[in-house]
Amino acid sequence: MTTAATRAAARVIQTRSEVISLRRAGAYHVMSLTGAGIPELTRPGHFLAVACGGDDGALLLRRTFSIYDVASRGVYGGTVDIVFAVQGKGTRWLAERHRHDALDIVGPLGKPFSLPRHPVSCVLVAGGYGSAPMFMLADQLRERGCRVDVVLGASTEEKLFGVLDAKRIAATLTLATEDGSVGERGRVTDVLPGVLDRTDADVVYACGPMPMLAAVAKVAQAHGAHSQCAVEEAMACGIGVCMTCVVPVVGDDGVTRMLRSCTDGPVFRGDRVRWDDLGTVPADCYGAPATGDGSA
Amino acid sequence: MTRAVITHHPQRSAAADRPDVDLSASVGGRVLPDPVLTASGCAAFGRELEPFLDLTAIGAVVTKSVMLAPRAGRPTPRMAETPSGMLNSIGLQGPGIDAFLAEDLPWLTERGIRAVVSIAGSSVDEYTKLAQRLRHVEGITAIEVNISCPNVESRGEVFACDPDATAAVVGAVRRSSAPGVPVLAKLSADVTDIVAVARSAVDAGADGLALINTLLGLVVDTDTMRPVLAGVTGGLSGPAIRPVAVRCVYQVHAALPDVPILGMGGIRHGLDALEFVLAGASAVSVGTATFNDPSAVARVSRELARALADRGFGSLREAVGHAHRHGRQPDPEPGEPAPPPPAEDPAP
Repeated sequence: MTTAATRAAARVIQTRSEVISLRRAGAYHVMSLTGAGIPELTRPGHFLAVACGGDDGALLLRRTFSIYDVASRGVYGGTVDIVFAVQGKGTRWLAERHRHDALDIVGPLGKPFSLPRHPVSCVLVAGGYGSAPMFMLADQLRERGCRVDVVLGASTEEKLFGVLDAKRIAATLTLATEDGSVGERGRVTDVLPGVLDRTDADVVYACGPMPMLAAVAKVAQAHGAHSQCAVEEAMACGIGVCMTCVVPVVGDDGVTRMLRSCTDGPVFRGDRVRWDDLGTVPADCYGAPATGDGSA
Repeated sequence: MTRAVITHHPQRSAAADRPDVDLSASVGGRVLPDPVLTASGCAAFGRELEPFLDLTAIGAVVTKSVMLAPRAGRPTPRMAETPSGMLNSIGLQGPGIDAFLAEDLPWLTERGIRAVVSIAGSSVDEYTKLAQRLRHVEGITAIEVNISCPNVESRGEVFACDPDATAAVVGAVRRSSAPGVPVLAKLSADVTDIVAVARSAVDAGADGLALINTLLGLVVDTDTMRPVLAGVTGGLSGPAIRPVAVRCVYQVHAALPDVPILGMGGIRHGLDALEFVLAGASAVSVGTATFNDPSAVARVSRELARALADRGFGSLREAVGHAHRHGRQPDPEPGEPAPPPPAEDPAP
């Protein structure tokens, strides 16, 4: 199963990975893992599913993280980096790992961001560590001759991620914190309209909490910009079998379906997600109960 | 889709990977070359698992329960992690039988992947129509009748909670299905007497039993102080329910020793599967563990083969129900005669 032929043909890899490093970055942790074969397959917006708690532990569900960075070559062969915040038992366990510990990882997963064919103007918007996939994305956009402007937001300075990375790659960087500890006081959507006007943006790429994405998609639409949003929805498997991470999305045929964030996403067109109907099964959704009570 | 590389299983020779144990399993008259199947609702329609294991080598793909009409399922949140398990409330989201027969089932059968088709309905009539639609379809290994999904609007619709309703559905599906295709009844452990329901299913024509479905559960979010799931209640699965499932298999096998049982509920490792086999299961399904390890079905099979070999079994069949022959005998039920003494059975 590990022949060169299958390796070359593979599009997703499950592997027993080794922790190379774990470091703090503000309120977050950055973990670097071995992942032979994964870097070559990874596109911006792909994610990694990590088993937490050990082979006999009580935590069964994989934790999923946007891929922050990859390196195909080096002392450890291919490596893949993720960013996480300690939010519960799984991420607490992850934060307690040490160098050389083993982790079972699956990736790259999901549908990545679509890249424009032409050198257009792009604004990248992220909340908190939702910025993780944005730096690979920015590099690839710039390689295509795109202008890249970045907007990062968080509740407070410590919860911004990748400010230095962003300064390096962005034509302009705009920061927004709700407590005003750095940048503009407010949310990314307070500053976004000004950035879109100033840059005459064609495309907005966004990753962060659902309410932020909903707001960003609306601002982009109001400015006539195309938007692509990487959603954060609770997943159990990350590979498309559990059906827990569904969101209502309008298809090319105009019909709303409950689509899986893991395999149909996590990147969706901002104008196709029914943001106001998240957490519901819209009555006009394909397969919605005829009674319209949504509870079946 | 191309195959994934599973790099943490060191490449071994076929002989070292597969101890000399006959793993073939009989489920309702069908012989499967491998006793480990996926579990309904934990493998979608199989396609998503293709990158992680050889689906033609596993016992069968048990499909997500298919209904007559397309179904959007329940709102989110649909899932809550629990100690050694999870609660789900998907609500049978699925494409409906037409799309299933046009796209999903052919994907399996064209590749030579054995398919156990799980069906679910809200009335005897719906189950009958589903069985009729499947009657002339080639390549179906078995039909699993899901009469025990807890995620339906009314608990009154859980047919498996009532022996008469169980018999009505199972009888209708058996009569409407192709004679050579085994019909398995999937039962719930959320009942007072699972043996009575099992007996009712078998008397109505079930060729085998699938034990158990998820257990009805509820998790309250202590921050919002509301139930976590949008559907309020959900089905509990994972290793947390394994002792309940093994108990059900043990009780039903004791009462109906000739009825094949597809055992499931919290199987994560080979030794978990062995527990079910020893309790009386002829084959097993790996469900929630697939969320943790997408290649779990193949791994559990390898581990089970090793565990059987280590205990001196030359075949899986020798081990089926072994706990009844050599294990401690159950305490007699109140008002029931003591069980007969253990039958003579030389150690393997």
